[in-house]
Amino acid sequence: MVTVWDYLPYITWGIPWTFGLVFGGLGIGFILGLPTAIGQIYGSNELKALLNAYVWFFRSIPLLVLLFLFYWGIFPFILRRKLSTLITCILVLGIRSGAYQSQVFRGSMNAVGEGQYLASRAIGMTHYRGIFHIQLPQALRIAIPGWSNEYAIILKDSAICFALGVLEILTRTRYVVTATHEPLIPYFFAGALFIVLTYGGTKFLNIVYEKTRIPGLVGLM
Amino acid sequence: MSKDIVLKAENIHKTYGNNEILKEISFEIHRGEIKIVCGPSGSGKSTLLRCLNLLTQPDEGHVWLEGEEITTPTMDINQARQKIGFVFQEFNLFNHLPAVKNVSIGLEIVKGMEKDEARDYALKELERVGLEEHTHKYPAELSGGQKQRVAIARALAMNPVIMFYDEPTSALDPQLIGEVLDVMLQLAKEKLTSLVVTHEMGFAQSVGDNMIYMADGKIIEQGPPLELIQHSKHESTRQFFTHIAELYERERR
Repeated sequence: MVTVWDYLPYITWGIPWTFGLVFGGLGIGFILGLPTAIGQIYGSNELKALLNAYVWFFRSIPLLVLLFLFYWGIFPFILRRKLSTLITCILVLGIRSGAYQSQVFRGSMNAVGEGQYLASRAIGMTHYRGIFHIQLPQALRIAIPGWSNEYAIILKDSAICFALGVLEILTRTRYVVTATHEPLIPYFFAGALFIVLTYGGTKFLNIVYEKTRIPGLVGLM
Repeated sequence: MSKDIVLKAENIHKTYGNNEILKEISFEIHRGEIKIVCGPSGSGKSTLLRCLNLLTQPDEGHVWLEGEEITTPTMDINQARQKIGFVFQEFNLFNHLPAVKNVSIGLEIVKGMEKDEARDYALKELERVGLEEHTHKYPAELSGGQKQRVAIARALAMNPVIMFYDEPTSALDPQLIGEVLDVMLQLAKEKLTSLVVTHEMGFAQSVGDNMIYMADGKIIEQGPPLELIQHSKHESTRQFFTHIAELYERERR
């Protein structure tokens, strides 16, 4: 007889999907978040207003609403067709994470301070060289603790993608519960998987933080 | 313009909001000259230095560096800034880089020097300011005086035609001021043209060729340091120097 235990590998196979959502989202978020932070600090007033609107929009709307809005509304409207649920989820998680990550990077860039930027200009560096050679190397290290927080958040938020049927951990767990009428063990198992992934990821980033540690540079949460 | 004039400022104005920080500042510095700038805090000294290398854009006025106007829109200001060594009150070292890298990064990135060459050059500059033992330390591992000497080495490495010092000893504990002044004295004796904002009257008198007294964004008076300190024509200048002298007396006791 097939028991609920036999389904646990099926749930575990949700991990690659969850990872796809998390790392896709974090990656897109990084690519959007860092330039957004730079623009929010150094951009023209118009650019700042635009970037603030982006950040404000994605921080104000619940993820579930964003997923539905983009899947059924915005993407079909712009592209004239629906994107796959997985791609939609990665894009929405990414664009949303970009809004949050921009705030992490903005804080860490401000923590580096204007003085070192001025010093870089004073020895003849251009604006962008000052940012890339002096400000960012420090800001990125300082940002690691805050960024590891963002990993933990997006990991847990990825579960909301069950609403569009992406085959990540929670979606699979719900299938198992429906099939076995046994909720306790599958949900408990899913929770345990998330704990392991959260712990493992933040632990890994902690090691990165320690390895790149430089005297006098302290991370920001 | 005489080739001997390294820097010339003409009619510099700067206003922040309703606050006029600099009014009609004009002066020139000759090759080898050490010019001291002093005046009460808020008189615009730091803003003046920043306007001269365009870290702050002056609202009006012109600046020439070795006969070339750097305040024209066509000027590549990053080129010009390499020739002006700037030493900040707060050091502003690059905190993620060890001392030697703080000095060599400008050579590598701005001057396009090879890594090894830049490193050797940086080590020499650090030796020049007496820091050969501390080349691999990060800024957080250095004392204030050592940090400021690294900052001086960083500026020297770019081979500037003039040095700007913006109150280089004001953020230092009294017992650390000496080591920074010693380096500055040595550079002054080597006749490195300098514009020095400082309240260190001992330094001003021993190496200053000329002194500017500023108040409320204006040049009130200028002349040889000793003359200004002892025989000033203006009441406000006299009061300022008397006040400074009292402060130093108190400190020595």
